[in-house]
Order: sequence, then structure tokens, then C-alpha cells
Amino acid sequence: MEMNNDLPSSVQAKFKSDTGEEIGSPLDLPLNVTKDQLTLICNALLQEEDKPFLFYVKDIEITSSLKEVLDTVLLNSEEVVEIIYQQQAIFRVRPVTRCTSSIPGHAEAVISTSFSPSGKQLASGSGDTTVRFWDLNTQTPLHVCKGHTNWVLCISWSPDGSKLASACKQGRIILWDPITGNQIGKTMMGHKQWVTALAWEPYLKNSECRKLASSSKDGDVRIWDTVTCLTILSLTGHSKAVTSVKWGGSGLIYTSSQDRTIKVWRAEDGVLCRTLEGHAHWVNTLALSTDYVLRTGPYHPILDRNEPTTDKKVLQQRAIERYEQACPQGAERLVSGSDDFTLFLWLPQQEKRPLARMTGHQQLINDVKFSPDTRIIASASFDKSVKLWEAASGKFITTLRGHVQAVYMVAWSADSRLLLSSSADSTLKVWSMKTKKLELDLPGHADEVFAVDWSPDGAYVASGGKDKVLKLWQH
Amino acid sequence: MPQNEYIERHKKLYGRRLDYEERKRKKEAREPHKRAEKARKLRGIKAKIYNKERRNEKIQMKKKIKAHEEKNVKQNTEKVSEGALPVYLLDRDVQSRAKVLSNMIKQKRKEKAGKWDVPIPKVRAQADAEVFKVLKSGKSKRKAWKRMVTKVTFVGENFTRKPPKFERFIRPMALRFKKAHVTHPELKATFCLPIIGVKKNPSSQMYTSLGVITKGTVIEVNISELGLVTQAGKVVWGKYAQVTNNPENDGVINAILLV
Repeated sequence: MEMNNDLPSSVQAKFKSDTGEEIGSPLDLPLNVTKDQLTLICNALLQEEDKPFLFYVKDIEITSSLKEVLDTVLLNSEEVVEIIYQQQAIFRVRPVTRCTSSIPGHAEAVISTSFSPSGKQLASGSGDTTVRFWDLNTQTPLHVCKGHTNWVLCISWSPDGSKLASACKQGRIILWDPITGNQIGKTMMGHKQWVTALAWEPYLKNSECRKLASSSKDGDVRIWDTVTCLTILSLTGHSKAVTSVKWGGSGLIYTSSQDRTIKVWRAEDGVLCRTLEGHAHWVNTLALSTDYVLRTGPYHPILDRNEPTTDKKVLQQRAIERYEQACPQGAERLVSGSDDFTLFLWLPQQEKRPLARMTGHQQLINDVKFSPDTRIIASASFDKSVKLWEAASGKFITTLRGHVQAVYMVAWSADSRLLLSSSADSTLKVWSMKTKKLELDLPGHADEVFAVDWSPDGAYVASGGKDKVLKLWQH
Repeated sequence: MPQNEYIERHKKLYGRRLDYEERKRKKEAREPHKRAEKARKLRGIKAKIYNKERRNEKIQMKKKIKAHEEKNVKQNTEKVSEGALPVYLLDRDVQSRAKVLSNMIKQKRKEKAGKWDVPIPKVRAQADAEVFKVLKSGKSKRKAWKRMVTKVTFVGENFTRKPPKFERFIRPMALRFKKAHVTHPELKATFCLPIIGVKKNPSSQMYTSLGVITKGTVIEVNISELGLVTQAGKVVWGKYAQVTNNPENDGVINAILLV
């Protein structure tokens, strides 16, 4: 008898979302159905209009038609094919392609840059002890804020965008008003050594934006009341420098430290909830799956453009909705990158044990970021590469190579379709998540690029580095 | 002139008068009065000189008091150091790397012009007689067309000798060099780097093609391990350096990187 190795002309298929819900009954699909046609079917089944989707069969993405995927997966034609669909952002961020302005002004290296949650304001901190605000419309300097006595190491916008906190190498924290450029309140003193990270209380918990957490080299984490400018709580427990602090949406504070642990604190009373152990060396960086939602808070940069409101209750409601959308069961995932060249994925609210350990980097990991749609983790390492991991399972996706020196920071575009990396080799590189390849190379800086930020609405990228200029990039 | 320290000796042996301290204190206490009286009594040029002296003395005194006061105030204005680093690099000992590199276009233009702004602008010309030693050849040593290079040379990797009979220039193995000690002028650090080639020996074009390295020669070195990058984010691997010593005398090549 002759075996028929050819695939049949049609297969039974059903659609399943990436969280596991099935839609519709199994369909008879022709094998040559294309991705666009699948999108149409999926939209019809979900009763949506023109939403973009990605389709996977057994973790293999359908790029052109169903046939080529089934060729590789070797399928039993009697079985029902499960097509997993993932909804993508309905807006699209265009890749930044050119430097629209390089603004001099700082007299020393630019160490930190940050866009406001609404994406309309930009601030940067520098080694010349000043914080500067920049006008994005004219791309010129707006305010120069003097007050610090040493390098301004980190800056952080309050979730409502009305204040900017900056911290310097002397351990002082100052609040600035972005409209006038004046200092708000007193200088917050208390840390004995430099401040390594700042984190505001999320908007969904408190629309007043009153509390601020700061971590320091001296091993303490302090929670400040920004109105009275006094310490409310001091979280001590780490035996070495704290490297990063994140304030989660469920009222927990996560801190990573050089003593190889990650600690989880309850924000309201400062009780230590959990200590996550596993790393064999310094923990350098933390990222929450809800980082983007918490950062933008109530201001969805694209969807809210048409319905601006100042009512705090409405805004807070929006923030809560967004947060629940981003983590449906209220379970934030946490990823940590370390000097032992590995990453750990945690579910810090529920258990002490890691979900996954991600190995592959050959040098220390300097920066980790979740994509805004919480599906992909990008990690930047000193081994000159950026690696992508699946956020749900911690599975390795691919390595992005191209930099010739250590990669310092990564930044995601708001639609999660593009990734930006900054490096010591003085370039920025834009990577496409569709092809998992280099999309654009952005040379221009004359020296190492220390800080990079993609505005939450995706219009601008700001980068600063050792060459003292702040560069703005646009499509 | 007193012979020996007889006063000190006496003091050591017998001690001081019992009322020494008291007398000293009183004398010191009377001193301002005495001075004031003197100042009042003096007239004419003497008064002028005296007052001027006293004024200078007072100025010095006030300066001293002020200096002491400043010393007592605790200075907490710590100097802001240069070379700011982001948080994630603060705990790591990063080597200070070269500042902004001169960009490639400039370098290329310079290359075309064949002129460099070099640390040693004036180089002593090397005479042929100094560089080459005439070797006699032939059965009765009548021929004298062979030359031996008596200076340090760089011979490329892919150099193949001609048959010895026809070889005009002999570059002795002992004088061939592959590495140079190159100093980065801004970093003030020296690295032992492989030589890529001889760019220019100012004495003669022939020396350049032979790879003769003397003082003032511009050589190309491989600096890829220094980790410098261009503005486009590529690793720079070849850069020029000028030799600063007489390699044939010292047995090493020292050079300064041209940046």
C-alpha cells in the first residue's frame, strides 16, 4: 500500500486565547488560510472590529499561512488543531528613526532621563548636580533645577505627573514642580549613602500621590511622606546595599539587594512578608509585569487622548481597571536579574519559590523589563546581548546580538512591538519583535549611553550619556 | 659668641628661678603698655617706621585669626567629582575610558593629507649609511649590493623571503618587532599592543616600505582590546602611534597614541 504523506487540504481547528479560554466550536479550515484571514475569523468570533492578533500553533507563530506551520509540526489530521491567539495593541508605535535634536545644557554626563506618565514632559538628571526639564514641543530647555550637591542619580515622576522626585549621591531627595521648576517642600534627608532607586505609590491605591519609597546603598528602604517631607517608615532588613525598589499595585513593596535576596514588604505597615532567595550573587534589577500600567496609571497615552478628565475618582477608577486588565487574578509577576548571570521569575504574592530560572547570559544582567502587554521579558546584559524570554513560563525566545559593548538599558515601545537598547558602544538599537531582528541602528552619541526612555505614548525617545547631550529621537 | 649651650646646661642642672613663671607672665602683661608708651613718645621718621611696622603686624595677626576661624568651621561642601556614573555602574570598578574619540571623517581627512599633529614634530633624518650596512658577497667578496638593516624593523605576517642569493635587504630576525608599548595620552596608561604596520618613516619612503622603525616613525597599532568605539558604534581596531624612543638602543618600542 502506498502511504499518503501529503497533508489533507483542510483541518479541524479551534481558537483558544493565551489564557486558555476557547471561543466558538471547532472549524474546518483550509490549509492555505492566511494570517489575515485568521484575523478576520477571530475578530468575527470575538465580535470585535479590526483588532490585530498573533496566532500560534504549539508555540510556533503563524507568519504567512497555516500550512507552513503544520508542515513543521507534523500533525495527525484527525486531531483538532489548537490555534492560540494573542491580541496585540490596537495602536501602533512607529519606530524612532532619526535624532530630531541633541540638546546641550548639562555640564556633565546625563545619568537619568524620564518621561512623565502622560508622555508630555521630560526630565533628566545629571552629574552636574542639576535636574533639567525639557520642553518637548520646541525641544528646548525649560527649567534648570539646582538644589542637589552631588550627582543626581535617579529621578521619578509621580503617577499623576504633578511632581518629580530626584535623588542624589549624597542621599538627599528633592521634589520639583515641573511647571515652575521650583522645589516643593523641604529636602528629604535621612539616607546615609546614595539613593539607588525611587518608587511612588501607585495611583490606583492613592490618587493623592503622597508616598514615595527610596532605596539606598546603606541597606535601608525609606518610605517618605512627600507633604511633610518626613520618613514614615524605614524598612531595614537587607544586610547590604539595596539596588532596586518597586511598589506593586497590590500594596506590596519589592526590594532587591546585593545581599542576594529579594524582600517583599507590606507597604502600609512595613512588615516583611517574604524573602525570596535563589540568586547566588548581587541582585541588580527588578521588573514587575505591571510596571507599564503602574507607570502610566490613569493616563493611557493613546486611548485616553480623546477623553481627558481631571476628576480624580474617574482617573483612579481607570487606573484600577487598567491594572486588573494587566494582571487578571491580581497576581503580579516579578523578574529579577543578577550578577550570577541568571534571571528568576517569581510570583511574589503567593510563594517563595521561583516560577522559573532563566539562564543563558554570559555576563551580569543589568536591566530587565516586561513588555507593556506583559508577554515578553527583555534582559540587557554586559555580554553585549539582549535576550527575550516568555513572560508566562520563562522560556527562552531568542538573543538579539548587534551591540559591540555592554548593553546598559532597554526600553519597550507602548505597543510592545519594538524594543530599544542602549549600550556602552555609543549607539541605540531598535529591535523588531515581529522579526526578532535589528530594525534600526541609531548612532549619534559620542560616548556611552547611560539612560534611555521611550515616552509612554511612543512618540519620542530620549537618551543621555557620557557625552553630556540629551538626544531626542522621533519617527 | 657663647661657647656651648651653657644656659641650657645650667637650666638642666639647677632648674629655673622659683619666680620665673610669675616674672615671665608679668613681663608679657606689661608688654602692650610698653609698646603703647613707645608709640606715644616716638616722633618724626622713627614714629613713621614704627607705626608702619606695627600696622603690618596687626594685619598679619588678623589674617591668622581669620584662618583659624575658618579651620574651625566644619566644611561640608564636598567637591563634586567628575565623571558621573549611573547607579548601576557605581559599585563596579569601571576603567575610565578615553573621552570622545575624534570622529572618523576627521581621521580620514588627516590620512589623506598625510600630515599628523604628532608629539615629536621634528625628527632627525636617518642617513642611509647609518641604517644600512653594506655586505660583501660573491665568491671573492667583490660585490657590494647587499644591505643589512641595522635598525628595528616590522615585518608583516605574510612576508616571504626571496631566495637568499637575490635578497637585497636583509632584516635580521633579532631586530624584528611585533609589539609596541603604546601610551594613551589622555588615560595616561600604557598597553602592550600588536603592531599592524609602519605608516610612515619620515626619513625616507624606502624605510617606510621596508618597515624600519626609528624615533618619530608613525606606526599603526591594534587597539581593539582597549574597547574604543566609533560614533557609529563599531569597535576601533587600528590607530596610529608615534615612536618616542630609539628602539635600536633600548630593545623596546615606546609610542604615543595619536588621538
